[in-house]
Amino acid sequence: MISALIIVFREVIEAGLIVGIVLAATTGVPGRGRAVLAGVGAGVLGACIVAGFAGELANLFQGSGQEFFNAAILLLAVGMLTWHNVWMASHGRAMARELKAAGHRVKTGERTLAALSIVVGVAVLREGSEVVLFLYGIAAQGGTTAAGMVAGGGLGLAAGALVSALMYFGLLTIPAGKLFQVTSGLITLLAAGMAAQAVIFLQNGGWLEVFTGTVWDTGWLIKDDSIAGRLLHTLVGYSEAPNGAQLIAYGCTIVVILILMRLVNAANSAPKAKHA
Amino acid sequence: MNRQKIQMLLAFLMISTPALADAFLLVASALADAPIIVHLKDHKFSPATIKVKANQPAMIVLFNDDDGADEFDSSSLKIEKVVPGHNKGNIRLRALAPGKYPFMGEYHAATAQGVVIAE
Repeated sequence: MISALIIVFREVIEAGLIVGIVLAATTGVPGRGRAVLAGVGAGVLGACIVAGFAGELANLFQGSGQEFFNAAILLLAVGMLTWHNVWMASHGRAMARELKAAGHRVKTGERTLAALSIVVGVAVLREGSEVVLFLYGIAAQGGTTAAGMVAGGGLGLAAGALVSALMYFGLLTIPAGKLFQVTSGLITLLAAGMAAQAVIFLQNGGWLEVFTGTVWDTGWLIKDDSIAGRLLHTLVGYSEAPNGAQLIAYGCTIVVILILMRLVNAANSAPKAKHA
Repeated sequence: MNRQKIQMLLAFLMISTPALADAFLLVASALADAPIIVHLKDHKFSPATIKVKANQPAMIVLFNDDDGADEFDSSSLKIEKVVPGHNKGNIRLRALAPGKYPFMGEYHAATAQGVVIAE
């Protein structure tokens, strides 16, 4: 039971953190609960479908279908996170003003919900299909241990939800005026980490074979497998021994997002400055 | 002028072609290395110790002979690959520095353990 708990928790920790950040980034936006639930629901449904067709998926693209699929949905999530941040660059201040004002309804935030809903869906889908396969395998074995393992799996899921809640309420302690700046920063790092992870899948699929050498190794300090390693992996894209292509993808994602945010911000504030 | 350029190009090609051909052969021979066949049965890898040449990519074909899925998982190899029951998965190893790279079947980590040794 404990081993099931640990495995499921390890798989859901990433989705849990992302849900927490998304909830914080949409604080006060009406309908965000529905959007996040829709993302989780679609992710779970998708995870079951992916798990059910795991064999067929694996055999696509000369046996690299899984890698292709993972890279594709990760890059989709990177695109959505980028779009959210760029959108926030032009609307973030208005959102913060509305959040501070009475009522706490941030109407301007509604347009970014769809993008973040997709990000949640992708996060749940990716790790969820592994949880489904794992739990299904245990359930199929039957017997008394199976019941304990499924209970462990349930507890693992609950622990993942707890991570979401901790992340969310932790972020909510940030003053309203600064909250969206912090979530934008977190989302930039999230996107960069996902881009680096997509590179790994492209390498494992055999599509990207440049700069595969390890650049540095901090495995002596924090192992990828440890809980701290997993948390940092999701939040800032930590990898104990990143290779060149991973680092390039990581850096480029940050630079592109920051440049786009700045461009949008400049385009937006220039006309307003004249009025002021 | 144009003729001179063409002559130079031809000369360049004559010199470089054997070098290019060598490079292609080198790549081809690396790719042509037979994949390493590994079986997963009763949640154990056989062979559990896999030797590969250092600094050269390799391919493992993992046959999962069990009923349930398992995930070939190795943080040091940067590989997470789900292989459904009674199915196979191609696992690409990038060029590895000499050393030991442990891996496991994540869903049955108590018994499914192995190591890649690059030398």
